[in-house]
Amino acid sequence: MRRVVVTGLGMVSPLACGVEETWKLLLAGESGAGPIQGFQTDDLACRIAMQVPRGDGTNGTFNPDHWMEPKEQRKVDDFILFAVTAATQALADANWKPTTYQDQIETGVIFGSGIGGLGGIYEQGIVLKEKGPRRVSPFFVTGRIINLTSGYISIQHQLKGPNHAVVTACSSGTHAIGDAARLIAFGDAEVMVAGGAESAVNRLGIAGFAACRALSTDFNDRPKEASRPFDRDRDGFVMGEGAGAVVLEEYEHAKARGAKIYAEVVGYGMSGDAYHITAPMESGDGAFRAMQAAIKRAGITAEDIDYINAHGTSTPLGDEIELNTVQRLMGEGSKVSMSSTKSAIGHLLGAAGAVEAVFSILALRDQIAPPTLNLHNPPASMQIDLVPLEARKRDIEFVLSNSFGFGGTNACLILTHAH
Amino acid sequence: MSDVAERVKKIVIEHLGVDADKVVDNANFIEDLGADSLDTVELVMAFEEEFSVEIPDDAAETIVTVGDAVRFLDKATAAS
Repeated sequence: MRRVVVTGLGMVSPLACGVEETWKLLLAGESGAGPIQGFQTDDLACRIAMQVPRGDGTNGTFNPDHWMEPKEQRKVDDFILFAVTAATQALADANWKPTTYQDQIETGVIFGSGIGGLGGIYEQGIVLKEKGPRRVSPFFVTGRIINLTSGYISIQHQLKGPNHAVVTACSSGTHAIGDAARLIAFGDAEVMVAGGAESAVNRLGIAGFAACRALSTDFNDRPKEASRPFDRDRDGFVMGEGAGAVVLEEYEHAKARGAKIYAEVVGYGMSGDAYHITAPMESGDGAFRAMQAAIKRAGITAEDIDYINAHGTSTPLGDEIELNTVQRLMGEGSKVSMSSTKSAIGHLLGAAGAVEAVFSILALRDQIAPPTLNLHNPPASMQIDLVPLEARKRDIEFVLSNSFGFGGTNACLILTHAH
Repeated sequence: MSDVAERVKKIVIEHLGVDADKVVDNANFIEDLGADSLDTVELVMAFEEEFSVEIPDDAAETIVTVGDAVRFLDKATAAS
């Protein structure tokens, strides 16, 4: 099987626009949480979120005009704008600008999103009801469907290889990267842009996730304390938005052009719970098998893993099951560190796996585990290091990134230094 | 410039993201102003909304320049 390495990173997150900008704030223990801006919240059970900081593009703010023409921005929901932004950054970081036909047909895209253009669906639904079908926008469909992330990225950068999209709820970003790596390993492409994007922070999104009792509702007056994975007082997730992207490349292809190589994708594991639409299995069986499959694919053992970026959404049930499952997998006396960066950026749903894969790669690069914020009272069953409150320098050779989604869909990635 | 022409020009600038000096009477939406077929559908929809008129599909097909839109809407609004 051909080797697959990471040669570019991109990100727009609730902390900042940009990979290094976000990473710096993440390590400093900053939180992207605040009262929801932009729509009415007084009647919502959850009135907080982690939204992308918009501005003129300086100081890590996100200026949409830097990434997409205003004329095009009007036609799409923000998840597509975020996807294009992260992908453009990743391609620039990889210094990969395919201009020949051959390079273009060997470069593809797989992006994921859990929800897609919920905001636009909500708005155009109102237009249909109030003004009738003749007023529904001709861009309603193209600006809302999930594979238009991959579509827009390919058009903007002339990437003519495989063009695919993933919809597996909160595992979408992880599946996108894992599947893209397999396409390269199988020889369907030399380079793939892969990632995830989400923009579900709107009235319908918040109302919907609150209705299925997934969101934090006890911390509306203390937004920065609301996302507290593994902590005793956690009561649900805080919704985030944004996108993460990586450029994946066949190892020899990257070496031949002298590309900077961040890491190698060595393990990818998947499973289904076949249990419940939202709740994880008590036994953690699905998550366990996904991690185990990734470890087997990587040709390592569980003890080799040094850092785990947890799914850890801050829900009462999910966090505890994940912790117990990881502890069962790692065995007694494990030296692993596991943190949930959702404590700082919230739950980016379909973008989460992509953003967290980028964090895992940076943890590997800088030999540091980012912190789990607000973890003051860890569970009694805790046997491993959950990196509470502050980032920790440590030796890291193998990283595991976990994503578990509604419907019982699990995906895990393992990355390491490319030797 | 007539009131109708002013309003048409404003909509075209906003929807197609083009400079005002390009939006002249004989500017073709697709060839001169960078619109695609979906942009023209949206433009016609915006004209209908702005002028409270209905533009049937066969009439919409004849509106290919800024001047076509102004003339059609001048007539349509005068009639109502």
